Amino acid sequence: MTATGREPETILEHSIEVEDLGKAFGSLWALRDVELQLRKGQVMALFGPNGSGKTTLIRVLAALARPNRGSAAVEGHDIRREAQAVRRVVGVVTHQPLLYDDLTPYENLTFYGRMYGVHNLKEKVPSVLKRVGMESRMHDRVRTLSHGMQKRAALARAILHDPQVLLLDEPESGLDPEGVLRLHEIVLELKSQGKSVLMTTHNVEQGLALADEVVVLKQGRVILRQPKAMLDAENFRASLAELMESRP
Amino acid sequence: MKSHLPKIGAILWKDILYELRTKDIIVSVAVFVLLVLVIFSFAFDPRAETVRSLAPGIVWVAFSFAGVLGLNRSFVLEKEKGCLDGLLLCPVPREVIFLGKMLGSFVFMVLVELLTLPIFSVLFNISLFVPSFLLIALLATLGFVAVGSIFSAVAVNTKSREIMLPLLFFPIVVPVIIAAVSASGSILQNAPFGELRTWFQVLAAFDVIFLVVSSLTFEYAVEE
Repeated sequence: MTATGREPETILEHSIEVEDLGKAFGSLWALRDVELQLRKGQVMALFGPNGSGKTTLIRVLAALARPNRGSAAVEGHDIRREAQAVRRVVGVVTHQPLLYDDLTPYENLTFYGRMYGVHNLKEKVPSVLKRVGMESRMHDRVRTLSHGMQKRAALARAILHDPQVLLLDEPESGLDPEGVLRLHEIVLELKSQGKSVLMTTHNVEQGLALADEVVVLKQGRVILRQPKAMLDAENFRASLAELMESRP
Repeated sequence: MKSHLPKIGAILWKDILYELRTKDIIVSVAVFVLLVLVIFSFAFDPRAETVRSLAPGIVWVAFSFAGVLGLNRSFVLEKEKGCLDGLLLCPVPREVIFLGKMLGSFVFMVLVELLTLPIFSVLFNISLFVPSFLLIALLATLGFVAVGSIFSAVAVNTKSREIMLPLLFFPIVVPVIIAAVSASGSILQNAPFGELRTWFQVLAAFDVIFLVVSSLTFEYAVEE
């Protein structure tokens, strides 16, 4: 069964299936022949130096960018033909918070909640903001919040509609230790609910602490894909450090 | 489309709330229109017959250039902090995002026009608060923002967006502006309704065409 041929009604083994995926910007291939599967209820950490294609892969899986070749499905929905269904089941945290500066986190989440068709927003929005530790700042304008607080609000935005798959692009960057702790709690809670998380990170320790499987990208290609249980952690850290220091 | 009305309303609510906080669009556009009208009021002989022949051009020059300012801001605000990506991540058809943004621009532009008309009346001693002119203004503004919103979405991704938008946009929207100026001229010359009806039909036809084409092409304007 191909990644795109699966019927959404069947019981899915994988939340994300990617086959022979390629994405080019002009003549530059940001992703090449990417193959990966993320099992339901698992966390995958995606490592790689800057320019290795991590963010592009997240954007393609979130149906924000169209691939040039290959196929990918999220929760059984093809990212090309069923982009709207894909967007309904994914929550995304990117480098930017995707929040309006002159609205408050409460207003931002209310807006996004309406766009996602979330019910009971008057109760749901404060409860999600409380979950990320923002209850005391939810009525302050986003522009007055620190980078870390904005990142927490971005995380709240991403989980507001109870997504089946969370796509996190360097989620811990800018977060204070308490924020990182909350992030870990949320990731582990989602995992316990059978939901899946794909996260890119430069932080090896945090990636390894959360992941069930690790993937390393280099120049748009997957150069390592292994369950964490089978990984020689010391060797992996050393190899990754060497890769990070090399040219992208 | 009926099921998406709450989402179109959500985008409109968000744009209005944001504008109430920042007053970015209304203030800059209103000041620009006011300056244009004041400059024109000093540039011409204020006799009634001169003003009547020039007024339609003055009004629509002011509205058109001010409208471009507003349209530029509309998508710049979405680009800040990646909010356009936030909108594009929402599980709604792209047409819904287009219609929401377009309605926001329409509301702001109509508001600026309503604020401007009394000032125009004072400076040029002509009242444009007549139903036929208001209807022409509504139809022309709708066509203007329908085309403008899609070009604004295209231009926001370019480096020189302030220049790019009018360059892309005005050649396409010229029929709407010509129809609006000609209809306004006819209204000021007390032309028979039959003559005006033709302009209403022309503007309505442009509105329908631009709305449909812009809605369908918006997806290609915003996606990678």
